[in-house]
This record gives sequence, structure tokens and C-alpha cells, in this order.
Amino acid sequence: MGAVLTVARRELASYFATPVAYVFIVIFLVMSGTLTFTLGNFFARGTADLQPFFAFVPWLFLFLVPAITMRLWAEERRLGTIELLLTLPIAQWQAVVGKFLAAWAFCAIALALTFPLIITVNVLGDPDNGVIAAGYLGCLLVAGAYLAIGAAISALTKNQVIAFVLAVAACFLFAAAGSPIVTEFLSRNLPWMAEAARGLSVTDRLAAFSRGVIAFRDILFFTSFIGVWLFANAIAVDLRKAD
Amino acid sequence: MRPFPPRRNPSAAGASRSPAGFQPWGDVTVDAPYIEIDRLTKRFGAFTAVDDISFTVHPGEVLGFLGPNGAGKSTTMKMLAGFVTPTIGTARIMGDDVTERPVQARRHLGYLPEGAPTYPEMTVTGFLLFTARARGYRGTEAGDRVHDAMRMTQLEEVRLQPIETLSKGFKRRVGLAQALLHDPPVLVLDEPTDGLDPNQKHEVRNLIARMAPEKAILISTHILEEVGAVCTRAIVIARGRIVADATPAALAARGPDLDAVFRELTQETA
Repeated sequence: MGAVLTVARRELASYFATPVAYVFIVIFLVMSGTLTFTLGNFFARGTADLQPFFAFVPWLFLFLVPAITMRLWAEERRLGTIELLLTLPIAQWQAVVGKFLAAWAFCAIALALTFPLIITVNVLGDPDNGVIAAGYLGCLLVAGAYLAIGAAISALTKNQVIAFVLAVAACFLFAAAGSPIVTEFLSRNLPWMAEAARGLSVTDRLAAFSRGVIAFRDILFFTSFIGVWLFANAIAVDLRKAD
Repeated sequence: MRPFPPRRNPSAAGASRSPAGFQPWGDVTVDAPYIEIDRLTKRFGAFTAVDDISFTVHPGEVLGFLGPNGAGKSTTMKMLAGFVTPTIGTARIMGDDVTERPVQARRHLGYLPEGAPTYPEMTVTGFLLFTARARGYRGTEAGDRVHDAMRMTQLEEVRLQPIETLSKGFKRRVGLAQALLHDPPVLVLDEPTDGLDPNQKHEVRNLIARMAPEKAILISTHILEEVGAVCTRAIVIARGRIVADATPAALAARGPDLDAVFRELTQETA
């Protein structure tokens, strides 16, 4: 675990050593706030909760999370530092998990900085803060799922633009799988696919969290989803590291 | 596991590798090799980068790895460091197989990759502290290690500067400091003096010479004068194969000078 944390610590510090972290956090906060209060009809709804915020987060993450992960391995390969990192006396999986945890902690920081929203609803009304906490947990798990996809794709290429575009596309599949357009189309044409698509949809599962439902199967889904992609990440690193 | 002499035993290492090379008690138990390269082969598709290379390096030896660009020097070193997986064969560091026990093998190893890659946005101290922690040092011990490594490579004056602002010579020394930090018994340095000015080259060679008696050191270079200056033995490789393995003096004696011998050796197979 020591090696994992060492890798994670260096990685997290590197976000803040460059403008990446600040740009990401500012854009995330501005957009999540704006969308919640405008398109989300925060005031007009007359309900003291953060439903509109939780509805927008997966779509914001869809573009912002790949922006973090695109450099995760691609940058190491471009700089050649991957050779340094992987010849330290640490196992490859430790490097993979460490980098993932750093990116995840970073997303957690960005989410935590949306706390003024929580204060706002608590001042204006009497929300169920347990439901809000569940929603935040769901957001964090969605971020983890996207990060795991993005990290694995980043390990496959030296080119950050390619890593970004492919990661957005892959995340979009899992974000859109539960949307009405997709499920209606599938249930008309391929009924058995509709069920599978809903099952893979991260947005559907986040909706449950944002209503305050923390189901064991949803937690299991996210943990195994992240696990599978991290495993793919480790294989991708192993196959492509020296290219 | 095969026996190897305890680390930090200059008497065993130094005495058995006396210049005369006379070892009445034999070569096996007193002086087991720190580096063993065993029929190492690497193919990239149809191209064979390293073709069935075997050699050993004993403590007290500084082995110069020579060859034209693309001869397979770096690929061999990458395999030894466990970064590239061999197609056939293996390598052992202090008896630990680099493919079967990679983490243990790397603990004995200080490795300077080709081009001395470092994280540009980190400060020199931050970067070295990271490698110290990755090697399991904590707290004040990590700090001491970093301090010692910076002193050996003369980095103190730039210790708080981001690496990206440093000159090429300093960057190379940061890479070197990272490799020396844990005082490893085995050093593998891929072109350690590349990009250094003559004074810095001299310093690095002195550093290598000072460490040589108790370590097994493998350095790759294409600067032939360097071989005579620091190496006790030289291996010339061309097209992935070993074409010569001798002391620098013996190698130079094969022709008018080392340059001519090198050209002849590496061109006759081309």
C-alpha cells in the first residue's frame, strides 16, 4: 500500500503543479453551478434538494474526466518517465492503482468544492441531507467509472488528443445507455439488449443514488466496473509500455 | 537461490578482482556475479534487436557496453531493468530473476534510463524524495538519502528548482542521483555522460570509479575514450550480437587504436 500511496501522492501533486487542476476545478464549478440554476430550474422547482445538480454531473464529467485521464499514461510514455516509474521496485498494479486513486481523489476535491450548493439548499429550505450525501457518493462512483475507462485508454496511446476523444466516446456509451432514446429504440428492436443497456448505464444508477437509494448491487456494479477497467489498464500498460 | 556475497563487502569484491585476476580459490562462491545475462533475445516482429546475448558482471567490474546506435544496447539494458520483457532468455540481478521476481531484482538495481527521463514539473528535491519513497525510505531517512545523492551528483545549488528549468547536464545528473540514491550493488547506466560538458563528464567518471570497487556497473556509451577512462572491461555489440568481450587495453591492442578496432568490429557484421 505504501508504494500505491507514493505514486498517488506524486500524481496528485503534479496536477496542482500545473494549471490543469485549477482550470478543471474552476470550469467544473462554474458549469455545474450555472447548469443547476438555469437549465435545472433550481428555484422554480420549489424543492429543497440537489436533483438538478446530480442530473448534470455525469454529463459534465463526461468531458472533464477524460481531460484528466488523457495525460495519465500518455504523458508518461511521451516523456519516457514510464521507464523510470516501472523500473522502481514497485509492482505494475501498484502504479496503476496509485495513478487511478490520485485522479479519483482529485475528482473528490472538485466535488467537495461544490459545498456552497449544499449550504444554499439548507439555507433556503429543509433538505434531506442523507439523500444529498448519497447523491454525492453516486457522483464520486460515476467519476471513478469514467476515470477507470479513461486511464485504460490513456495507457494505449502516446497521443493525448486520441486518449481524450476515445475516452469521451467510451464514457458516452455508458452514460447514454440508460437514456430514453437508447432504451426505447432498443426495446422496440432488440428487447434483450434494452435490459443489458440499462444495466450498464451509469446515469441510471446515479439517479438511484440521487434519490437517496444506496443499493448493494449498484455499489457492486461500480466497484466491479472500476476493477475490470483497472485490470484492462494494467494489461494495456504491460503491452504498450516499451513501444 | 544461489549464494552471492553480502553487500558492502569491499574486501571480498575487491580482493578477488585484483588486477592480476589470479584467484586460487576459484570463481564460484567468493565472487558470484551480481549481473547475469542468460541467452537474452528480443524480437520486435521480424526484427531481432538482441540476439542470444550472455554475459556476467562481477562486483568491482565496470563493464562498458559499446556499439553503434541501434545495436541493441538500450534494449538489453531495458530487459535487465525489467522494463522490456525478453522474447527468450532471462537476466538475474543478485540472483533474482528479472522476469520471475521483478520487484526484488529491481531493489538491487540503480537504473538510469536512456535520455534520463524525469518529471519536468517537479523540483529536484521533490523528484528525488518520490524515488526515495518508492524505494521504501520514510521520514528523515528518505531526506538523508536524497541529501547524499544530491551531494554526490552536485545538485545542491538547484535543489528547489523545477527540473524543466534545468540545463541538460543538470537533468542528466538528476537521473544519476535517482539511480544512486539507495546505494545499490548493481548500477545500469544508459549513456550517463551524454549531454555533459567535459568537466561534468570528468566528475561522473570519477564518481563511477569511486563506487566501482563494491558494485557491478554496466554503462553504455558510444564515446570510446570513456571506455579507457572508466571501464575495466568492454563488450562490443553489433546487430544484437556480442562481437568482442575484452579489457579496453586488449581491445585497443587489436589495431592502431580503439576507434579503428571499434569500426572494424561493428562494420564487418553490417
